[in-house]
Amino acid sequence: MRLITPYLIGLIFGVGISISGMASPAKVLNFFDVAGSWDPSLGFVMAGALVVTFIGYRLVLRRPAPILESVFQLPSKVRLDTRLIGGSAAFGLGWGIAGFCPGGALPALGTGRIEVLAFVAALLVGIFTARAIISRIDDRKARALRRET
Amino acid sequence: METAFTPWQSLAGGALIGLAATLLMLVLGRVMGATGILTAAFTAAAPERGWRLSILAGMISAPLMLWGLTGQLPEVQVPVSMPMLLIGGFIVGLGVTFGSGCTSGHGVCGMARLSRRSIVATATFMATTGLTVFVIRHVLGT
Repeated sequence: MRLITPYLIGLIFGVGISISGMASPAKVLNFFDVAGSWDPSLGFVMAGALVVTFIGYRLVLRRPAPILESVFQLPSKVRLDTRLIGGSAAFGLGWGIAGFCPGGALPALGTGRIEVLAFVAALLVGIFTARAIISRIDDRKARALRRET
Repeated sequence: METAFTPWQSLAGGALIGLAATLLMLVLGRVMGATGILTAAFTAAAPERGWRLSILAGMISAPLMLWGLTGQLPEVQVPVSMPMLLIGGFIVGLGVTFGSGCTSGHGVCGMARLSRRSIVATATFMATTGLTVFVIRHVLGT
């Protein structure tokens, strides 16, 4: 159950991504190209996903707990900070260059296309580079704080 | 490169993405963010890794299942050169890690929870993606 259910959820997500057009950079980039070959399809993807999730979460979160776990683990941060905004701005820059976002590229791996493989490899290098930078910054901050106290 | 406008297919695909996000919350109580799932599939402790690897396996099987059902793989058109895919991929990796999420985590799950951080993150990356595409296509003219 703990492995088969997530597999099926991944499959549903992947089929959604595949038929929606999110796995195809040509379509993604055209959504943003309002001044050129505009294709508004991705607006419909966002709308469909948001409406279903909005209603779905409201129904599910009425339960005291999820089915296989004891608590719902929702992100708890509320503060807007430089990391959130700077990181998101950089993500948009990369998305605009490559046309793949992580959720679009992962199911597309199943097509076996070399372009997707290259994007995901570079994505992983980026993720682990950022994690190394973040842990260095946090270490330095922690050390500075210890010196002050 | 022109692409066909596919409102119904895209709406249905979006609804399936929302269904997957809802089911993951119902079953495991977790947010369906591609960045978080991918990262923790490598970094989390063993018991927390299994379900994430299962989700990834499910995602990757989806095109193959569609191929089995319809006889063709989903369309992946890439009008981007290999160096640009690598540069873009690296920047996306940096961005989603500093920004704690991407289109699925912030854009779908966080927005559906009306999280202020996710709304700001989504507005920010949608704006910079649009700006980047505009500059590449209409200012640099490639």
